[in-house]
Amino acid sequence: MMRRLLLALAPLLLLGALLVVIIRSGPAESVRGENFPPVERLTFQSVTLEPGAIVLSVMNDGPDAINIAQVQVDEAFWTFTAENGVALQHLGRTELRIPYPWVEGEAHVVRVLTSTGAAFEHEIPVAVETPQPNARFFGVFTLIGLYVGVIPVAIGLLWFPFLTRLSARGMDFLLALTIGLLVFLLVDGTQEGFEAAGLLPESFQGAVLFALAAAGAYLLLEGIGSWLKTRGRAADAGYGGWVLAVLIAVGIGLHNFGEGLAIGSAFALGEAALGTLLIVGFTLHNTTEGLAIVSPLARARQRVSLGDLAKLGLIGGVPTIAGAWLGGFVYSPVWSVTFLAIGVGAIAQVVGQIVRQMTREGSVAGMLASVPVLAGLFAGFAVMYVTGMLVG
Amino acid sequence: MWKLSRRAWLQASGLVSLAGSIAAGARLKGQSGTAAHPAHTSHVMGTVGRTSTDLFNPTAFLRSWNFSELAPHVRPKFYRETSRGDGTLLREYELFAVDREIEIAPGLFFPAWTYNGQVPGPTLRATEGDRVRVTFRNLGTHPHSIHFHGWHPPAMDGALAGQEVEPGGTFVYEFDADPFGLHLYHCHTVPLKRHIHKGLYGTFIVDPRATRPSADELVMVMNAFDTTFDAENEVYAVNTVANVYMHDPIRVTVGRPVRIYLVNVTEFDPINSFHLHGMFFDVYRTGTSLQSLERTDTLMLCQGERAILETTFRYAGDFMFHAHQSEFAELGWMGIFRAGEAATT
Repeated sequence: MMRRLLLALAPLLLLGALLVVIIRSGPAESVRGENFPPVERLTFQSVTLEPGAIVLSVMNDGPDAINIAQVQVDEAFWTFTAENGVALQHLGRTELRIPYPWVEGEAHVVRVLTSTGAAFEHEIPVAVETPQPNARFFGVFTLIGLYVGVIPVAIGLLWFPFLTRLSARGMDFLLALTIGLLVFLLVDGTQEGFEAAGLLPESFQGAVLFALAAAGAYLLLEGIGSWLKTRGRAADAGYGGWVLAVLIAVGIGLHNFGEGLAIGSAFALGEAALGTLLIVGFTLHNTTEGLAIVSPLARARQRVSLGDLAKLGLIGGVPTIAGAWLGGFVYSPVWSVTFLAIGVGAIAQVVGQIVRQMTREGSVAGMLASVPVLAGLFAGFAVMYVTGMLVG
Repeated sequence: MWKLSRRAWLQASGLVSLAGSIAAGARLKGQSGTAAHPAHTSHVMGTVGRTSTDLFNPTAFLRSWNFSELAPHVRPKFYRETSRGDGTLLREYELFAVDREIEIAPGLFFPAWTYNGQVPGPTLRATEGDRVRVTFRNLGTHPHSIHFHGWHPPAMDGALAGQEVEPGGTFVYEFDADPFGLHLYHCHTVPLKRHIHKGLYGTFIVDPRATRPSADELVMVMNAFDTTFDAENEVYAVNTVANVYMHDPIRVTVGRPVRIYLVNVTEFDPINSFHLHGMFFDVYRTGTSLQSLERTDTLMLCQGERAILETTFRYAGDFMFHAHQSEFAELGWMGIFRAGEAATT
């Protein structure tokens, strides 16, 4: 036993010893030399605008220590106080409070100068006071979430009675349409996720985070799907109907959570003056999501109560509200990357399920080559593309 | 986005003995006053903290020339004057170029190239007709030179091909102080922009034989620093340190004439300017005439241009002075004269 333990620990001990040697001898230092410039990186984590003050949360994202020396706002030296001091080690954070008379609706540029004269800039494109988590803003974000998430999804669900009266070919068209819609969301979510990943400090490895979260969500939903199937909640053979509808609703809900984050943070940061057109765009765009949720139910010709429909609608839509809250009050790009990735993973899983359901007999290629399916895929893309223009 | 920007100060081993007291206070970076961040309740423009005056004291610099700020036993190492029998002097200077990190705003360090470890370099001051002999040693890491403004033969220009002084090398510049006026000297090695904005410049005053009226004389060099090396300045100042005369006002006396030797060496920006609040001053462009042709409160100077300004404070109290380009003013080029009654100062 002892021997086995020793054998397990020996490599770890050796590794520890190696690390000590590396740190002591500093091979990189001998390459860099005594007077080599330090590598300095500073990331702006959040920028909060209060009446008469700009508050910056910054992090040292570089390998070497940083000393913040001065702050300039709009090309003027400005006084500031530092919450956690001005000497930042690797991944050290501090909060800089600058008593600056910023002007509502105008742009400002904040620049942090380190002791070496390196300059790190952050632009505030449109200055508006950062919302505090009070009842009024909770109300506003809830309303936005309802408009862009819950109501459109619910309206989409109302197509259910119509869908159940469709022919088999019509059903194929419908499911293909759903795939089209979901693949669009997949691409859209991936793009947004990588965009948000680009905003992260390099140490957070945004692209890897995205990939892992997406894969994790995919596998988790596979597990949930199998579990639901074994529970036999639905009477359908295989893997269609209710279970699939729930999975689609979950995937879309996660996607909408990410969307809510984006909307909330854009609203909070004042980066998108969230106009009526944008809300209208999201509303139209998201109505199609309701359609995607109910189409497998319609194909399975299942009887679904109004309560069940409501449940699906809530699963798909309500996360938008939660996302908007979170995005509005405690936004950080890490959340965006994570939830967009989870949404992408979930949607990928759902797309796979629908394809499997549609090809219970025959090959995938054969199934896809049929006229109703091709037409449905195209229609799905087209609908998303056109309604997506309203929010782009 | 990040940028490399620092080159740590190179300690030239030969410097300490040569530079004596100038370098004695050498210290590592980051030790000065960034720690103190006072609480603020109102909007306050300006820098936070104070710079160290161990290596360079902008207040002392104002009224120092020919190394008058040094202790009597140290000064002859850098400046000697010998009578030439005809009423003129031979003035001998020891200048050296050395790389040094200088503090240009509290906690903000710039990897400068300096004359005698300071930016601006020491102010040299002779009288019209004197012989000036400058022994220049290059203790830096790049070739440097000294190019004086004034009458001199081409061999003394310091700017022509082959006239750079290599690291470790020495050159003696010798010429007559002529014409009287306010001049400057600077490194003329290429790339010129870098050699100048890194800090190799100083003031060269030539007094007329018929002396100017007695006055409280101040040397002010308008300069700027590009800490990110993107050909745009991050810090502006007179005499190097941003906002230093805001924190440490220049003390002057009501009723006593004040003479300002104003030199513009700002790199990258085509012009700089000087504006004085609540007062007017007489301008002697380049100082080459004893007759002022202009009275104003705002003066614009091109890079390398200079002027002598004369005025007398009429009222006691604080008088702001700054570049009348608001951007420069807010990036550090702003200060205060504090005028006191004769008895109290």
